[in-house]
Amino acid sequence: MNVELKDIQKTFGMVHANGGISLKIPAGTIQGILGENGAGKSTLMKILSGFIRPDQGEILLDGHTVSIHSPADAIRLGVGMLHQDPLDFPPLRVIENFILGSAGGLLPDQGAVLRDFKKLAGQFGFSLDPEAYVDSLTVGERQQLEILRLIWLGASVMIFDEPTTGISTAQKMKLFAALCLLAEQGKTVLFVSHKLDDVEGLCSRVAVLRQGYLVGEAKQPYSTKKLVEMMFGKTISVGGRKPCRADKVTVNLSKLRVEDYRLKVRDVNLDVHCGEVIGLAGMEGSGQGLFLRAVGGMTHTVGGKILIDGRDLTGRSYQTFKKHGVAFLPAARLEEGLVPGLTLTEHFILAEEAKGFFINWDKGRLLAQERIKEFDVRGIPANTVESLSGGNQQRALLALLRDSLNLLLLEHPTRGLDIESVIYIWNKLKERCQKGTAILFVSSDLEEILQYSDQVLVFFSGKVTPPLDASTLTTEKLGELIGGKGWPESTDEGKLA
Amino acid sequence: MNKIRWLNFGFQIGAVILALLFTTVVLLMAGAPPLQAYLYIIKGALSSITNISNVLSAWAPLLLTTSGVLITFAAGLWNIGIEGQIMVGAIFTTGALRLLQNSTVPSGWILLIGFLAGMAGGALWAALAGVLKTFGGVNEIFGGLGLNFVATAFALYLIIGPWKRPGIASTSGTLMFPDKLWLPTLPKVQFSVWALGLGILVVILVYFLLRGTHFGLRLKAIGKNSKAALLMGVPTWQYVMFAFLLCGVFAGLAGAIQVTSVYHRLTPAISSGYGFLGLMVAMLINYQAIWAAPVALFFAALNIGGIQLPIVLKLDSSLSGVLQGILVLFVLLVEGARQRLFRKR
Ligand SMILES: Nc1ncnc2c1ncn2[C@@H]1O[C@H](COP(=O)(O)OP(=O)(O)OP(=O)(O)O)[C@@H](O)[C@H]1O
Ligand SMILES: [Mg+2]
Repeated sequence: MNVELKDIQKTFGMVHANGGISLKIPAGTIQGILGENGAGKSTLMKILSGFIRPDQGEILLDGHTVSIHSPADAIRLGVGMLHQDPLDFPPLRVIENFILGSAGGLLPDQGAVLRDFKKLAGQFGFSLDPEAYVDSLTVGERQQLEILRLIWLGASVMIFDEPTTGISTAQKMKLFAALCLLAEQGKTVLFVSHKLDDVEGLCSRVAVLRQGYLVGEAKQPYSTKKLVEMMFGKTISVGGRKPCRADKVTVNLSKLRVEDYRLKVRDVNLDVHCGEVIGLAGMEGSGQGLFLRAVGGMTHTVGGKILIDGRDLTGRSYQTFKKHGVAFLPAARLEEGLVPGLTLTEHFILAEEAKGFFINWDKGRLLAQERIKEFDVRGIPANTVESLSGGNQQRALLALLRDSLNLLLLEHPTRGLDIESVIYIWNKLKERCQKGTAILFVSSDLEEILQYSDQVLVFFSGKVTPPLDASTLTTEKLGELIGGKGWPESTDEGKLA
Repeated sequence: MNKIRWLNFGFQIGAVILALLFTTVVLLMAGAPPLQAYLYIIKGALSSITNISNVLSAWAPLLLTTSGVLITFAAGLWNIGIEGQIMVGAIFTTGALRLLQNSTVPSGWILLIGFLAGMAGGALWAALAGVLKTFGGVNEIFGGLGLNFVATAFALYLIIGPWKRPGIASTSGTLMFPDKLWLPTLPKVQFSVWALGLGILVVILVYFLLRGTHFGLRLKAIGKNSKAALLMGVPTWQYVMFAFLLCGVFAGLAGAIQVTSVYHRLTPAISSGYGFLGLMVAMLINYQAIWAAPVALFFAALNIGGIQLPIVLKLDSSLSGVLQGILVLFVLLVEGARQRLFRKR
C-alpha cells in the first residue's frame, strides 16, 4: 500500500512534536525514519496508526484520504504498529494474547489459531511457547509475539518503532530477513530507529526528523556523516576507552547459583573491583538477566555467597542491598522503573532518602530541575513520566540514581537512546566509576559491551565464561560465544579453554 | 489552562444534570411525582433543626469512612471490607462499654476507652484483609467481601446470643446504654460536636497526608506502579498494610461514633452503609481529598432527606441511594467521555 502523509502537525502543550511533516512512502519499500531522541518519530507513527489524532494534516492510503480515529480503524485499513515500549500486556498466555484483538467471532477456533501461530513463528524462526504466560517473556520475546500478531491480523503497512533495541543480534538478523520478505510481498514497512547501522543496512530510503520537522531524505547508498549531521545538526565522535578500575574489591561472588524454571546459572565466582565495568553479554534469556537480578537481591539465590563491601548479604531483600549502596535499573521503563501518572519532581522526591515527614516541594522541584539539566532530559519537573519520549524516560531513570553507590546494576542502560545520548550517559556513568562505583550491565549491543566494559562475562543457556578482558576481545569472538560456539565441550561449566 | 478548568467544571455540572434527569425518569416510571419527591428530600434534610442536626451527625461517620478509603485508594486498593471494619469497630466499642459500664471508672474515661477499642477493632479487621492480600495473595475485594459477612454474622450472634437483652433475644439490637455513656450532644438534638470534630480533623489530616508527605507520595507510587515503587526503595507490603490499618482505624472510629452517639447500642445494621457510601464519595470526587467534606455532606443530606419519603409519598427511602448511585455512575461516565475526547485530540 502507498502511504502519504500530508502536513502532519501535533503539539503537546508547548512542544511541537510534529511541525508539519509531509512524506510519501511507496508500497514494497522499507522506509527508515531516523532521528534523535524526542525528534517526533513515535508521535508521527502513532498518528499514522491511530493512537494519536493529529492537530492538522491528512493521511492518504493508495491515494485515498482516510480518517483514522483509533488503532482499530488503522488495523482495519491495514496499518499496524509495533510499539517502542510494548504497551500493556495482560497476564494472559501467549496464544490468548495472540487471539486478542482479532475480529473472529465469540469463540475463536483455538486449534486453527494455534496452527497459524506455529506456522508464522516457524516462518520467522521465532521460538515462542504458546502456552507460556506473557509476563514471563523477555522484552525481546514480547516484541516477537507482537510482530506475529500484526502479520496475522493482516497488516499491509507495518510500523516498527525501534524494534531492534530489545533483541539480540541473532534475533535482529531474523527480524531483518522477515522485514525484507514483507517488503518483497509488496507491504510497506516503516522502520523507526536512531541506529544508523540498522537503517543503513536495511532501509532502501530514509527520512530524517529533527525537533519535529522533516530535515531531509536520503536513498541508498548513504553517507553516514551526512546522516549524522542531519540527525543532530552537527558531527559526533565516540571517545576512547578510559578504564578506572581500582584495587579494592567491592563485590565478591562465590559459587553463586541462580535458577528459574527454564535455566540454571551455576557456580559463578567473581570479584568486582571499585570503578570496574563488567558487561554481561548473551542472547536474551541466557541467564544474564537472572544473574544481574540475583546480585541485586531481587531473585533468590539457590547457593553460594554474595558479599557487598565485605558484608554477606546472601538471601537478603532488595531493600537491604539498596541500603548497602546497590542500585538496579530495569529495562522495562514504564513497567518497573517509573511510575506513570507521577511527575518528574515526584519521582526525584521518591528516589531520594526521605528526610522528615513532610515533603519539601520547593527543594524537590529544585532537585528535579538540577538533575533534568544535568542529564539533559527534555522535559520540565511538572511533566508526568509517560509524556516524555522513550529516550528521555531512559535519561530520567538514570537521573534518579542516588549518589555514592557501591554497585550499579543496569539492564540495557542505553536502550532507546541515540548515539549522542549514549556517549553522554556513559560519560556520566564513568564519572561514577571514578568515584568508585562498580557497574554490572546487561546489553544486547555488542559494540556497547566492548566499548565500555573492562571485563566481559558471556552467558549461554545458563553457562558463564570467566571474566574476559574486553580490550582483547573482538566482536566476532564475542558473537561466536554468544551463539554458543567456542565453548568447551565438557560439562565442566564456567571454565573456558 | 483556565479555559480547560471551566470546561471540566461544565462537564461535571452536565453529569449532575444528567443524573437528575435519569432519576426523574425512574421516578416517573414508578408513578411518583418527581418534583415533589425532590422537594421532600430537601425538606427532609433542611427543614428543621432536628433534620439539620441529623444530617450533621450522619456527616461525621461518612467523613471518616471517606477519608479511610481515600488512603486505601491512593495505594491502589479497593477496600470493600470497610463495612466489616466499621462493624467490628462498633462491636469492640460495645464490648468495652459493656465491660466497664458498671465499674467505678468515670464515664468520660469509659467513652475514651470505647473509642480506642473501636479503633483497634477496625484496625484488626483491616489488618486481616491486608494479611490476606499481602501474604495470602487474596484480592482485597474478595477478602473484604468475605470479612464483611463474617463481621455481620458475628454481630448478629452477639446480639441474639451472649449480649442479648434480658428476657428477649431480638435482632433489633442490644440493650441501650445509660445516658452517661452517650457522647455529649447539643441540647435537645442528636448531634455531637465531638463526633463531627473528629470527622473534620481526620479529613484535614488525610488531605495533608496525601498531598504533602513522603508517606502519601509513596502510597501513590505503590498505587500506580508497585514494581517501580519497590525498585525505588519503597517497602511496598509494609505500606500496603499500613494503608489498610489506617483505613481500619478510621472505620473503627466511625463504628464507635455510631454506637456512642447515634444508636447507643449495637445493632446488626450499625454501619448504616457508610462504608460503601464512603467508597462512592471517593469515586465521585475522583480521589481528591479536597472535595471530600462538601460531597460527603451532600450525600449525608440525601440520606437523611430520603427518610421521609416512605411516609409522605409511599416511596421507598432507598430513592436517595438510587440518586447517589446514579450520580456516581454519570460522573464516572462523563469523566471517561471527557478523557477520551481530550486524549484523542
Ligand atoms: N503524551 C505526550 N504529552 C506531552 N508531550 C509528549 C507526549 N508524547 C510525546 N511528547 C513530546 O513530544 C516530543 C516528541 O516525542 P516522540 O515520542 O515522538 O519522540 P521520538 O522521536 O520517538 O523519541 P525517542 O527516540 O526518544 O523515542 C518529545 O519532546 C516528547 O516529550
Ligand atoms: Mg520514540
